[in-house]
Amino acid sequence: MLIKQLSVFLENRLGRFSQIAKIFSEAGINMKAFTVSENAEFGVLHLIVSDPEKACALLREKSFAATLNDVICLQCPDVPGALEVALAAITEAGISIEYMYAFAQGSTASVIIRPNDLDKCIEVLSENKFKTLTQEGLNSI
Amino acid sequence: MTMYWNKKVECMSREEMRRLQSERLVKMVEHVYNDSTYYRKRMDECGVKPQDIRSIDDISKLPFTTKQDLRDNYPFGLFCVPMEDIVRLHASSGTTGKPIVAGYTKDDLAMWSEVVARSLMAAGVSKDDIMQVSYGYGLFTGGLGAHDGGTLIGASIVPTSSGNTEKQITLMRDFGSTVLACTPSYALYIADSIKKSGFDIKDFKLRVGIFGAEPWTDAMRRDIEEKLNIKAFDIYGLTEMCGPGVGCECECQNGTHLWEDHFYPEIIDPVTLQPLPPGEKGELVFTNLTKWGMPMIRYRTRDLTTLHYETCECGRTAVRMSKILGRSDDMLIIRGVNVFPSTIESIILEFPECEPYYMIEVDRVNNTDTFDIQVEVKPEYYTDRITELAALKKRITARVQSVVGISPNIKIVEPNTIERSMGKAKHAIDHRKFE
Repeated sequence: MLIKQLSVFLENRLGRFSQIAKIFSEAGINMKAFTVSENAEFGVLHLIVSDPEKACALLREKSFAATLNDVICLQCPDVPGALEVALAAITEAGISIEYMYAFAQGSTASVIIRPNDLDKCIEVLSENKFKTLTQEGLNSI
Repeated sequence: MTMYWNKKVECMSREEMRRLQSERLVKMVEHVYNDSTYYRKRMDECGVKPQDIRSIDDISKLPFTTKQDLRDNYPFGLFCVPMEDIVRLHASSGTTGKPIVAGYTKDDLAMWSEVVARSLMAAGVSKDDIMQVSYGYGLFTGGLGAHDGGTLIGASIVPTSSGNTEKQITLMRDFGSTVLACTPSYALYIADSIKKSGFDIKDFKLRVGIFGAEPWTDAMRRDIEEKLNIKAFDIYGLTEMCGPGVGCECECQNGTHLWEDHFYPEIIDPVTLQPLPPGEKGELVFTNLTKWGMPMIRYRTRDLTTLHYETCECGRTAVRMSKILGRSDDMLIIRGVNVFPSTIESIILEFPECEPYYMIEVDRVNNTDTFDIQVEVKPEYYTDRITELAALKKRITARVQSVVGISPNIKIVEPNTIERSMGKAKHAIDHRKFE
């Protein structure tokens, strides 16, 4: 129901992301999706990767401020209006979203959602028969 | 023509000066030994009795006084007269939550006015001038110090205090102020505000600036002089001695004349604590020879400088101090406020989220000091939420602001970015150039 997201604190400095990409490349870790929340001085890089535990350990070894946290990976058809229905259900339940990002593959879109209340959000989504991915499901994409 | 407020003392021969200093030191040592439990204890600990001090040459037998002694005896522990004789209290910006307090008797205030009068006149101010005092009035010694000295020489004082710059400028123009007394950075702010307001500097009658309370560069001096069409003078002082007026530049601007019949200056080696010969660079130490309320005996300023005893071209024999060349401790003066890295350290340690490492970085951009503090967050406190880091930054900023009095820019940096040192860690980088 939940998947692991890797979050890395980064100063706004030249070449930091490229170092991360190199570490993953050497370790054979695949990045499925990523986004950055940022302000003027620093940012937090959010990543969905093939082996989050290993990725996190590798980054920490290299002194990166990396953490793992749970997020929801919502599956919906890649057609207009699909996301709207899901978001409406979440909003109606009074859940707010801290950040979200998405990637599409074939006819299916995967939406990574970080709500303020994870359990309640999962509950609302399953009540409304929305499909969410598990870690194994994600890795098989 | 050179003007003197007190030519007899300012141009006294070196022998006469030493005689006067000796006479005053003997009296001062008797006073502090008899009237202060603090000083008596310190002297007893060093095995010095008042009768051991017969001339100014004996001053090196006396123990030093430090900023820490002032803090430890906050607020009135170093006062040497009963409270009923104290007529004024001032306090400087504190860096550990406790300010440095100064107490003055009526005679002390008269002495202070006298030395400010000498300073002003050395810079060419006379009773014919209209002097706008834009130093802050209040606990800060700048405002009232300049005010009383200016009043003594009979100048027309405009006590605007600092702030409300638009009104300052209007009054400056309408009143035809000829002298501006304030911090050099405020002088520049005023200059830029005049330009922004669309006024023509030709409509102003300013001719002299009396600037102090913070270090400034020669480039800044030239900038102010050009923008305000004035000659700018550096006035020197510290709350512990009395405030501004411990010394001032004369028209020759070849060092700062110290009024050494009131404040006896020594240069010591900050490591061995031994006095150094004239002209050698070392730490400046002052002894109040006449201030009765809260005299400082061999007060270590921590400022590094040199003293020059040759007679100045202006005719004054009063010793000249070169520019302050640095500090013998790690204190930084940022936007006029004293900041000790140890204070910042203790604040950072209050935050469980932070690693016990930090780096202060200071620079001057557009004539304003920048004040950055780099901090590292412990790995377990990182989350995926950027808002939590932003909130932490805000809390640290507010805490530093409330303790130190000025607002820093807290920079959260990545783990292991701040240098770990096995020896004496470097906690501050000062990019400002004052020489």
